[in-house]
Amino acid sequence: MATSEVTTAGSGGRARKKAGTLYRGDIGMWSWVAHRITGVATFLFLFVHVLDTALVRVSPNTYDSVIDTYKTPLVNLMELGLVAAVLYHALNGIRVMLVDFWSKGAKYQRPMLWAIIVIWVVVLIPSAYFMLRHNVEKIFGA
Amino acid sequence: MTTTEAAPKPAPVPEGSRTVTLKIQRFNPEVDDAPHFETYDVPALPTDRVLNLLFYVKNYLDGSFAFRRSCAHGVCGSDAMRINGVNRLACKVLMKDMFAANGKQTTLTIEPIKGLPLEKDLYVDMEPFFEAYRAIKPYLMTYGNDPTRERIQSAADRARFDDTTKCILCACCTTSCPVYWSEGSYFGPAAIVNAHRFIFDSRDEGAEERLDILNDVEGVWRCRTTFNCTDACPRGIQVTKAIQEVKRALLFKRT
Repeated sequence: MATSEVTTAGSGGRARKKAGTLYRGDIGMWSWVAHRITGVATFLFLFVHVLDTALVRVSPNTYDSVIDTYKTPLVNLMELGLVAAVLYHALNGIRVMLVDFWSKGAKYQRPMLWAIIVIWVVVLIPSAYFMLRHNVEKIFGA
Repeated sequence: MTTTEAAPKPAPVPEGSRTVTLKIQRFNPEVDDAPHFETYDVPALPTDRVLNLLFYVKNYLDGSFAFRRSCAHGVCGSDAMRINGVNRLACKVLMKDMFAANGKQTTLTIEPIKGLPLEKDLYVDMEPFFEAYRAIKPYLMTYGNDPTRERIQSAADRARFDDTTKCILCACCTTSCPVYWSEGSYFGPAAIVNAHRFIFDSRDEGAEERLDILNDVEGVWRCRTTFNCTDACPRGIQVTKAIQEVKRALLFKRT
């Protein structure tokens, strides 16, 4: 039957540029993307960390002055980010190992991912409290 | 000869249909430099498959629209494509599952599968995919004299590889794999699934040979267990599980 939709139905060929969309993969794909990002972030931290610790060999004073520049709220937030990254990478690493070596790992990959996210959040909340407390008090007053 | 030209028959709109917007990636290698999207408004019944809508576009709106399909019933695996960002068979996606809630306008994004050379519209060159499939020797391999009667197999031995016998080579899994997009030389999930089908077949004697092939740097070790393949498989094959079983066979079963 001809309805009001007839006019819209059958109109074709409105061209629009831009091609290609993001693949909406399994949740396992996004856990892998996050694993890569946290892995590279942790590596970059370790790189800087080895350099600044090596400054102790140059002179303890240089080391102290460099470490002093870290005592800002911004670096404090980055430290929390580091804890979050390392924690996620470690937990997801356990999940990936279980997928690799446990015969039921592939079957339970999703519940395992939700489990590590819950553990991640539960551990991160007290970490954030204790790590940020000092700076929050300094900025906003005790 | 009449002076007035016969007006083209208007495209039919079935009773009870809803208008759905199809956003289809089009590419004509003779005209276009790069693929682009075009949108089409087509009527859809809840009982339609996405494939029906593609045929509506081809039959009534733009005959130059090109896509593969053969059996149209989820058996041949010809119409694998990216529907709303995930690999699916167009003939297995029912429109009633795609309609937007609360009568809102439904938009479907249709793109060709990723990671294989694009030829036209939704056509891709499947040759690299089949090349990987052939490389794992997907046929029964035996040595010595043939038995005088059939090759006996217990039900339990048959069940061991039952899941991977279901593959229809549609390439949904291989072209959903992030590793395959960036490393075209990777065998890909489909080839490994079909290797698994013979490696774990008690009648077959080519397991060592196939495991050797898949032990390559471009073999099973490229798998990063993202589970996109398992999600994409229209046959419900536990693809990642099969790949992991091949990995474990390489790790533990060999001397």
